[in-house]
Amino acid sequence: MSIGSLIDSRDRSGRAAIRRTAEAVASGLIHASGWAAILILAAIASFLLLNASRALGEVGLLTMLTGDSWYPTSDNEQFGFVPMMAGTAWVTIVALLTAVPLGVASAVYISEFATGRVKEISKSIIEFMAAIPSVVYGLLGIALLVPAVKDILGLDTGLTAFTAGVVVGIMVLPTIVSISEDALHAVPDALRQGSAALGNTRWQTVLKVVLPAASSGIFAATMLGMGRAIGETMVVLMLAGNAGIIPGDPFVSVRTMPGTIAAEMGEVVRGGLHYSILFATGLVLFAVTFAINLAADLVLERQRKRWGR
Amino acid sequence: MKTTKFTVGALSALLFVGTLALTGCGTNNGSSGAADGSSDELIGVINVEGSDTIVNMGQAWAEEFMDQNPGVMITVKGGGSGTGIAGLINETTDFANASRRIKDSEVDSAESVGVEPFEHTVARDGIAVVVNPANPVGALSTEEISAIYRGEITNWSGLGGDDMDIVLLSRDSSSGTYEFFKEAVVGEDAEYAREARLLVSNQAIVDETAGNEAAIGYIGVGYITDAVSVLEVDGTAASVEAVLADEYPISRALYMYSDGEPTGAAAAYLEWITGSEGQRIVEDQGFVPLG
Amino acid sequence: MSRVKRARMMESLAKGIMGIATLIVVGIALFLLGYLAYRGAPSVTWEFLSQAPRKAMTEGGIHPVIMGTVYLVLGTAAFALPIGIMAGIYLSEFAPRNLWTRLIRLAITNMAGVPSIVYGLFGFALFVMSMRLGVSLIAGALTLACLTLPVVITVTEEALRRIPRELRQASMALGATRIRTVRKVVLPAAAPGIVTGSILGLSRAAGETAPVLFTAVAFFAPMPSSPLDQTMALPYHLYIMATQAVRPAPHVVWGTAFVLVAGVSIINIIAATWRSAQRKKIKW
Repeated sequence: MSIGSLIDSRDRSGRAAIRRTAEAVASGLIHASGWAAILILAAIASFLLLNASRALGEVGLLTMLTGDSWYPTSDNEQFGFVPMMAGTAWVTIVALLTAVPLGVASAVYISEFATGRVKEISKSIIEFMAAIPSVVYGLLGIALLVPAVKDILGLDTGLTAFTAGVVVGIMVLPTIVSISEDALHAVPDALRQGSAALGNTRWQTVLKVVLPAASSGIFAATMLGMGRAIGETMVVLMLAGNAGIIPGDPFVSVRTMPGTIAAEMGEVVRGGLHYSILFATGLVLFAVTFAINLAADLVLERQRKRWGR
Repeated sequence: MKTTKFTVGALSALLFVGTLALTGCGTNNGSSGAADGSSDELIGVINVEGSDTIVNMGQAWAEEFMDQNPGVMITVKGGGSGTGIAGLINETTDFANASRRIKDSEVDSAESVGVEPFEHTVARDGIAVVVNPANPVGALSTEEISAIYRGEITNWSGLGGDDMDIVLLSRDSSSGTYEFFKEAVVGEDAEYAREARLLVSNQAIVDETAGNEAAIGYIGVGYITDAVSVLEVDGTAASVEAVLADEYPISRALYMYSDGEPTGAAAAYLEWITGSEGQRIVEDQGFVPLG
Repeated sequence: MSRVKRARMMESLAKGIMGIATLIVVGIALFLLGYLAYRGAPSVTWEFLSQAPRKAMTEGGIHPVIMGTVYLVLGTAAFALPIGIMAGIYLSEFAPRNLWTRLIRLAITNMAGVPSIVYGLFGFALFVMSMRLGVSLIAGALTLACLTLPVVITVTEEALRRIPRELRQASMALGATRIRTVRKVVLPAAAPGIVTGSILGLSRAAGETAPVLFTAVAFFAPMPSSPLDQTMALPYHLYIMATQAVRPAPHVVWGTAFVLVAGVSIINIIAATWRSAQRKKIKW
């Protein structure tokens, strides 16, 4: 970086003109790219809607959302989403029950109690977990958890919503831990010091002051974790068992929305009804995760405004 | 700042080289690639997709054929017969492997977009009904199996087995085996029981049956292993010999569908598959060669 | 018991419980990684890494699978990096503080939360079908690029934010235009953060299965010779081997998993270490 190059702005017509044009082009490209995210998001929504339109017209959103049988390829085709929505719900519930207590507790410990190397190492390892691909979690689940669930719980198969839920929960832990940790970190030290000055122990400070202050952030972390759990595909494909029933408990084989899309997308013909129905499923999935992420984002924004970070 | 410039430069160089490697190696594109006029060498890209029953055999065929014809590039994918036929109609594949006949509705879909499915029989197969080796039940009739899969019989005790709820294993709806079994055993106007677990492959059914004493499942004869026990259906157990002799009730043909009559490398490939070398591989894989 | 004593006891109890929770989380991570290494590391020989699979994946190696993933990542980078970095520059240096910018930021956060299977659907509908690219390397790369874009944008913006305002002001005081300032002053300074973050985002793309499921991959394919060819890829290969392959050789399954995780990890560690080293050099 040489200062000389910066001073070099005397208007020497030819070269300067070229540079100005180049800069205008670059500026244009940059401004255009800024809109890329909105464009792509809008494109995704439009394509989903467009391709789902046949299903929405012929079968109708209400029928899909309330129908309880899924037989897409039979001559008497039925396209009810309820079994897979229920399956998604159970997997998500188990995942959150696994991830939220463990995740928030770890975040509190790392943020408020751990020091120095312990803190660094724990953070690194947990961040590292986030880099493990979902198929690998699926493989580990098949090898370690499926037989264990079957034997310990005495079920007739280890491929259940519970199995998938636990693994999805483990996958989601890093998200919950790091965002909760951010939320706790954002609470100003002044609050902690004030509480200590009043004679509270560390834990009392955390319980009565820090956690309430960070609560919206932790809530957002949970929502983001939930969004990720709902959208998880591979782990569910490999571990949830894929039966078309409407589960009353998580200890049975279930289908989920992302799993169904992944399993059946290969066999649909473009323009066909089944194809369109899968896009409708994708649309529902997109809408749900969009709503969750939007809510979480608004909550986090409010926290940022409140604490200035 | 020199280091960052260097890094950016290195990364761009890497990208550049990488893209070169992709495009520079020459494109042998075009599905039914034309044979090179000047020499005997076959050139082309053939994409094959479909039946999971056929996929391993498909890979074995592809390996052998590519060894003999280095100018040909063959890709193989599973996913189920439905996937292959959809791929043919979507024009994302050249051959559709199918363990069932193409449906009328699929032919209609194809023709409406200008695709003309041509059927080629490449091998034969039997569908074995398997249970866990610990299961005392060793033989069933087609009616009993049908009732089980419709959800009407739910406990092994009614069939001479132990008092256990039957764990029903099936393939999922993209599978040709699923469709064929439904037509041949469950019944065209009936449905699989809702409790049926829809597994993604023959191997998944083998694995689950081997580990679950109450399970029953169906697989292609080529997938039978010692881990499972094969039931006699109407008095005959599934085997290559039984299918060849037309004695086993649940038998079928295995097909490859193409868009129109194949040409060039694809035609040569098909001819090779139905010839002696391809059929030898059929036998190696545990399927039934064309008579 | 006095209040103080009770408070102290609660403190120890709470600290203990949360410490255990953290230990559990860290323990699970270490156990999973350790088990993976235990089952997978022995399979990784030079032959495994350099040869093509033979005899229905029971012999030979996974070279074309590894290369397939490499090509996919390169393709993803080619599309996601230019657009993403420029978008990040826009947000950090040029975007006015108004509703539109807020909407753009919202869109980015939401893109990051879209399930990967939805990207797969989108990619199939747009790149494979509408744009008639077919199931191909390039369709897969484009799909993965959409997935990776929000990460690159966010990382770029944050890296640029770190640069103190004074630097920009000094540059403009000397007469440089905004663009010039970005190009010569701000961007080079932010480069380590941008590069590292992008690499981390790309390594995530390398491990994704759902987006490439219908857009790029085949179970068995020779190395792609053009962007329009289908390709093998590590995560898809692992998925098929774990669920569908007939009598899969366990060493191939675990070896593939290990190569995938090890590859991603090594890249992450190198990137993160490099970033720390660069950060130490720069003193703002």
